[in-house]
Amino acid sequence: MKPRLQLLDKATISRIREEALQLLQIHGVKVRAPEVIDALASVGVTASDGVARIPERVVEHALETVPGEFYLYDRAGNRAVHYGGDIVHFDPGSSCLNILDAGAEEPRLAKAADLARLVQLTETLPQFAAQSTAMVCDDAPKEIGDIYRLLVVLWHSQKPVVTGAFSAETLHVMLDLLRAESGSQESLRARPRAVFDVCPSPPLNWGEFGAINLADLARAWVPTELISMPLAGAAAPVTLAGSVVQHAAESLSGIVIHQAAQPGAPIVWGGAPAIFDMRTGTTPMGAVETDMLNVACAEVGKSLGLPTHGYLTGSDSKALDAQAGMESGMAAVIGALAGINMISGAGMLETLACHSLEKLVLDAESIASAQRLARGINAEAKSLAVEMFAESFAKGGFLKLESTRQLFQSEQHLPSTVIDREPLRVPGETLVTRAHARVEELLASYQRPPLDKAAEERMLAVVEPHARAAGLEGWPGLQTRIAGEEDSRVSKLATHN
Amino acid sequence: MSDETFAAMRQSIIDGASSKSAELARQAIVLDIDPIHAIEQGYVPGVNHVGEQFARRQMFFPDLVMAGEAMKAALNVLEPELERRGEKRQMLGTVVLGTVKGDIHEIGKSLVSIMLTAAGFKVYDLGVDVPYDKFATRAKEVKADIVGMSSLLTTTMQGQRKVIEALDRDGLRPQVKVMVGGAPVTRQWAHDIGADAYGANAVEAVAVAKSLMELRTVTDVGAAL
Repeated sequence: MKPRLQLLDKATISRIREEALQLLQIHGVKVRAPEVIDALASVGVTASDGVARIPERVVEHALETVPGEFYLYDRAGNRAVHYGGDIVHFDPGSSCLNILDAGAEEPRLAKAADLARLVQLTETLPQFAAQSTAMVCDDAPKEIGDIYRLLVVLWHSQKPVVTGAFSAETLHVMLDLLRAESGSQESLRARPRAVFDVCPSPPLNWGEFGAINLADLARAWVPTELISMPLAGAAAPVTLAGSVVQHAAESLSGIVIHQAAQPGAPIVWGGAPAIFDMRTGTTPMGAVETDMLNVACAEVGKSLGLPTHGYLTGSDSKALDAQAGMESGMAAVIGALAGINMISGAGMLETLACHSLEKLVLDAESIASAQRLARGINAEAKSLAVEMFAESFAKGGFLKLESTRQLFQSEQHLPSTVIDREPLRVPGETLVTRAHARVEELLASYQRPPLDKAAEERMLAVVEPHARAAGLEGWPGLQTRIAGEEDSRVSKLATHN
Repeated sequence: MSDETFAAMRQSIIDGASSKSAELARQAIVLDIDPIHAIEQGYVPGVNHVGEQFARRQMFFPDLVMAGEAMKAALNVLEPELERRGEKRQMLGTVVLGTVKGDIHEIGKSLVSIMLTAAGFKVYDLGVDVPYDKFATRAKEVKADIVGMSSLLTTTMQGQRKVIEALDRDGLRPQVKVMVGGAPVTRQWAHDIGADAYGANAVEAVAVAKSLMELRTVTDVGAAL
């Protein structure tokens, strides 16, 4: 059997769904985009003063057209992420402003080169099925911040990408960028490389660009991930169950908007629910209640037969310390046992404000352990121990058995050198020094996945006018060797940096 | 009689009991207690107590918010009486506050509004998704001492710079001080866009606003924070 974590029983899930439908019918959701309100009217939603009240039959109809599963593809066109069922994937956390260098006491603003390094590191770590547009790069103009970070990720990676747009306008440039890499709209639709996070504002509120992007992504047939963020006690009911109801209502309203624009387009029941710390006003991502909210919200999504996402494995600690390890490790286990399809947050410190490459490699170890736990104990063999004992007595020990040699690597996860299992203490060595050495080792092993030169040209051509209009000189973060040789265009442009 | 009433007023704030604080304010008018005395000797000590306990982590955000609401309820009763008597309460300063255009996040901004009001500032809360020029227009209308801006999104942070530009265009700087806050906002960002101060949370925002009222130059404020 495979171990499984379940927090809600069927009766509770039914109550949550019923109350979410009540919220949508009685209180409705504020939608700050008149064109989206118009589109909702066409599927039977009434609205007054920008508040859309959504009847149950409209929700049910939207749920009928949502696909229960879909795939994200890598650059080569292989299925790399399966959204659906209880399959679990992890990706690094997204959109932070800062990075904490190894050994530094204070974080600094992240640059495009930092994002490039994080992407390269993620590319080498099998624990991460997908990349994320992990940082907002300080050296890219804010107006194109979302576009540029996607360019940096696509440039250095062949894995699928979890991303998001900062405005209604830039979304379309990002979609053009993905089309440029894929080759055409048709190939992007057939083999989507990215999923876009879109966030309502709690409670029960869709801002203008969020609502518009939701509809535009559906029309473009690019997968969308709903990121409802109830903050228990501040922007949501203080009870965990109440916050799960709000999450369900916001997510259902998102599905209605999305499916009204394009029935059948792929969408994920995702989120970043959290509690609100009543002493500090922060939203602790490492709190066990935040973990519980993520699991419970995903359970509601699973009950509807939808792909799921959660925000786990980030830490509130400011350093790579025991707190960071405890919070992120616990969350990785919880998320893996809950069967959440995509779990975002690895590498992050300071309540999602800061990334750390060293934490990313530590989190990769937590994730590997969680994945091992989720596989459970294999007891399918005809004999569990008796045969091995007989053989062991005959040969003089278990270490002499062929079965030991064959099976230990599937029975035991072998951690990297980040995890200290050495028999003797190494003077001066700490978790941070081991993690940093691992980061450097992995980055040295990184090789940029091949990217067709024509695709590179197309991608740069999409971004270039926006980059120059915003005042960007050169291509920060793109200076890298391409398949063993320096790209002349990038090299030339990079000299501005 | 007044001492007992003042103690009850203080307690109504600590309890976050809006109906009680308003009822005591009405009683004070009937008893001919000077509204300024009621505010300064009755309610403000309650606000101060809650603020101190919050700083010690003995009281929590709900206590803070409900105390602010109770203070507001009392002021809603007492301010018309002050006006009728031709008296004026000495305010710490006038603040125009809002979440900048494109951003509809309300919690942080509203907490700051509540805390500043409770601390003795006159606050004009413009709400969320506030156009850049509206900050300057309102600041001019109410002769604001401080403009406070919140942004929760990295994208809308840019709007804080544009509000400062609007204040510049209207000739309101440097007499109108600018404080900024919000999850992605940092002290460095405040410096970069030419704001005078940064508040990490609602409680710090009150201390920052008080500093801004005391200090006169950007350099002094920057050095003090």
